[in-house]
Amino acid sequence: MSSDETTPDRAAAQGAVKRDTVDAARAFIARLPHCAALNMTVQHLDAGQAELMMPYDTRLIGDPQSGVIHGGAVSALMDTSCGAAVMAHPSAPKSTATLDLRIDYMRPATPGQRLLARAQVFRVTRTVAFVRAVTYDENEASGPVAQATGAFTIERSTGDA
Amino acid sequence: MTRLNPEPVQVIKQRRDAGLARLVAAIPYIGFLGVEFIRHGDELTAILPYKESLIGDASVPALHGGATAAFMEIAALVELSWSTGWAAVESGALSQETLPDMPKTIDFTMDYLRPGLPRDAYARARVNRSGRRYASVHVEAWQDNRSRLFAQATGHFLMPENDRDH
Repeated sequence: MSSDETTPDRAAAQGAVKRDTVDAARAFIARLPHCAALNMTVQHLDAGQAELMMPYDTRLIGDPQSGVIHGGAVSALMDTSCGAAVMAHPSAPKSTATLDLRIDYMRPATPGQRLLARAQVFRVTRTVAFVRAVTYDENEASGPVAQATGAFTIERSTGDA
Repeated sequence: MTRLNPEPVQVIKQRRDAGLARLVAAIPYIGFLGVEFIRHGDELTAILPYKESLIGDASVPALHGGATAAFMEIAALVELSWSTGWAAVESGALSQETLPDMPKTIDFTMDYLRPGLPRDAYARARVNRSGRRYASVHVEAWQDNRSRLFAQATGHFLMPENDRDH
């Protein structure tokens, strides 16, 4: 098994997370203008894992009668958290892009509450990362607001592949 | 036998455009992203005018996958509300009465075919199935060439309660 097929759990157990990999992932998120527009912040990064927060904002409302934020904003949060998890993978991809992403909206996000998305890379090959993410509002006991499953491209540095 | 004179075209257009404008203006997130709609008869085309805040990776640069996702979901939701509310549009009710409840997204699956370039994007949604409770909608998004999609999506939606009795 080549090193770039390491699962996050095994990588963490091996202490394989490099500080510069996590820093690179944080830097990657910091230079995404759309994430800045949505006020997303990285709460936590670990080997193949990312936790991103997006505050409630009335500009993001999708249902004016209830004040529930639009699914599209939740999609953007989940897409970014999945991408961040890929960038934080110990195999240190140079870049990543979404191939596909499926989002299930399980219950309306409570108006006024921040959203927290947790993404985890489940499998990485030389060219593809398989990622899952779950989003919660502040009532975590009420279960997830949404979940996502996606496949992401892996760009390796030249000569790395 | 008497035949009613057809309404002047500008009266029809004004009523349809007012209905569409009301539907779109009611949702703050549509304004946040800057999504606009062009209408030909009942056919809608969604437009995502380019702006820097839609960019994902600034070093590439390409549209953020999340922005593209949101754009396609908006195109699907507005098309679905528009097509199921067409009778209300034609009667003028949509531009006068309180807005109907919006359908709710159950799931949405996006397929990214090529990077979104830093320029305007377009999308058209097709309601493939619209039942009393559930609807299935497909969206195609493109930039320069209509035949070269940069993203597509399929979503399932829960129809609002007040439409189920009809």
